[in-house]
Amino acid sequence: MSQVPAPRPVSRRGLLTGGALAAGGALAGVAGVTVIGDQQAEDRADSLTGAVPVAAVGTTVEPFHGPRQAGVATDPQAHASFVALALRPDVDRAAAGRMLRLLTDDAARLTQGQPALADTEAELGLLPARLTVTFGFGPGLYRAAGVDDRRPASVADLPSFRIDRLQPAWCGGDLLLQICADDPITVAHAQRVLIKDSRPFATVRWVQQGFRRSPGVEPDGRTQRNLFGQLDGTANPLPGTPMDAAVWVPDGPAWLRDSTTLVVRRISMNLETWDLLGRPDRELASGRRLDTGAPLTGTAEHDEPDFAATDADGLTVIPDFSHLTRAHVTDDRQRILRRPYNYDGAPTAEGHADSGLIFTSYQADIARQFLPIQRRLAERDLLNEWTTPIGSAVFAIPPGCPSDGWIGEQVLG
Amino acid sequence: MPSTTRFGSRHRSAALVATAALLAAGVAGCGSSDASTAAASSPSVSASASTTAGVVGIRDPWVKAADKGMTAAFGTLVNDADTDVTITGASTEASPMELHEMTMKDGKMVMQAKPGGIVIKAKSTHVLEPGGDHLMLMDVKRPVQAGDELSFTLTFADGRTQTFSAVAKPFTGAQESYAPGHGANPTPGMSMSPAS
Repeated sequence: MSQVPAPRPVSRRGLLTGGALAAGGALAGVAGVTVIGDQQAEDRADSLTGAVPVAAVGTTVEPFHGPRQAGVATDPQAHASFVALALRPDVDRAAAGRMLRLLTDDAARLTQGQPALADTEAELGLLPARLTVTFGFGPGLYRAAGVDDRRPASVADLPSFRIDRLQPAWCGGDLLLQICADDPITVAHAQRVLIKDSRPFATVRWVQQGFRRSPGVEPDGRTQRNLFGQLDGTANPLPGTPMDAAVWVPDGPAWLRDSTTLVVRRISMNLETWDLLGRPDRELASGRRLDTGAPLTGTAEHDEPDFAATDADGLTVIPDFSHLTRAHVTDDRQRILRRPYNYDGAPTAEGHADSGLIFTSYQADIARQFLPIQRRLAERDLLNEWTTPIGSAVFAIPPGCPSDGWIGEQVLG
Repeated sequence: MPSTTRFGSRHRSAALVATAALLAAGVAGCGSSDASTAAASSPSVSASASTTAGVVGIRDPWVKAADKGMTAAFGTLVNDADTDVTITGASTEASPMELHEMTMKDGKMVMQAKPGGIVIKAKSTHVLEPGGDHLMLMDVKRPVQAGDELSFTLTFADGRTQTFSAVAKPFTGAQESYAPGHGANPTPGMSMSPAS
């Protein structure tokens, strides 16, 4: 906390003032507690009253079977691995079906805390820690299986954007395995099992591993922070009707109903140039306060932004070039569900960070929801100065399956 | 945090017990057959469906995918009856079969035909697994591909039979050396090698 700059005269949180730091430091020396301000004390109380026993983190199970796949509306787990596979050239509809039966069985067992069939490290399958395995189909899978007529129309290569600096090594893929759990060993084991069973059918195209806050670190339902320190995902549709309207295809043939789509973008975040900004500039770029995530015209994270409000100089309080302004939508059918994970690679020899975001956007229709927002951001979002898309892939997330079915049966069956 | 550690250990034991019970759920519910994918596969028999009506319960059966030569089938045999049950033979359309065990020969673990068949004691389970007893496919006629379902028939000492199906898994382990006949040297080249 000592590195928090103090360009603003008064912080709204006692935490950020020197006095609180000094007092907290003394407290920490005596009682062994962390430095906390008033707001944080409240938060901490929240988290303690809502605290889950340590063992429950490991044994908590997310359902696997159902009309919709898990891992989309599921509260984001702490760790994720996105594995994009490329089908081998000889894989046809029947082979893709055999592969997906095997992988579905692995996922069905591991997510419920059972070892996979023929699991060589069975003990690693016993703590699911809310493991979900979500399957995504890239355009190439539909082509290989000869079922391109069942591909959701918007699941196609994205147009190129001015801001893109895409690297082929982070792009594309025929089959996505999105593996999420609250424990990294659980993720690693599931990834190993699934890749082993995929090897007769596919090669690994790319893997992106990311993380969020660990379970119990803060109360459930908090918006996650990215490595710029920003709250990320504030505008997500709320669970229930708004999320349903944004994310899931409500009707149509069996291979579309209860499906969704996913855009995965690897976004490099330049912490070196971000460091050159003072706090007020950082907040103007995003349009939100760094501490609360509130719009610059509000006081709480979920306050509605007032884009018409002006300051003493007659300028809008929330700049037109801010990320908030450019990304803002009001109709739930236009919203996207973001479920991002941070990545943090090894710094260079000079100490420059390799950090960024595995940006994931789920929506019923990429063309209706993601693309308009992305176009506005690409055209004029000041955050583009410090962020660079270096990877991009699109997938259909097909419907879920019952306990006697397999993921993809509506598409390939 | 010794208390956490102790709690964790207790929990793990409980989880293992629970897992053993859950393994009874049978083979992949999702492994329903697809007759077009493998000539060797049985079109409709699901392993889980065959577990209740048979002589023994068969949990989590699977067979190691193989392009040619030898491979093996595994699973957990459950005898809920009050008397011992003996499996004296196994067969499949895909290959000639033998019942095998692993044994120490000249300081090395090798597999060989199991004398007297596989006995499942009353009210107990018997695990067929890599490195232990298994149902040996001696020479598959065509590739057993990952995801195929193969149908097997077990024959018991009293003449009864039981059919089950097992899904083929890619598996690089279980490369045991084969020592045909008692006291014979392992035959060079006769091993369960992984499917390509």
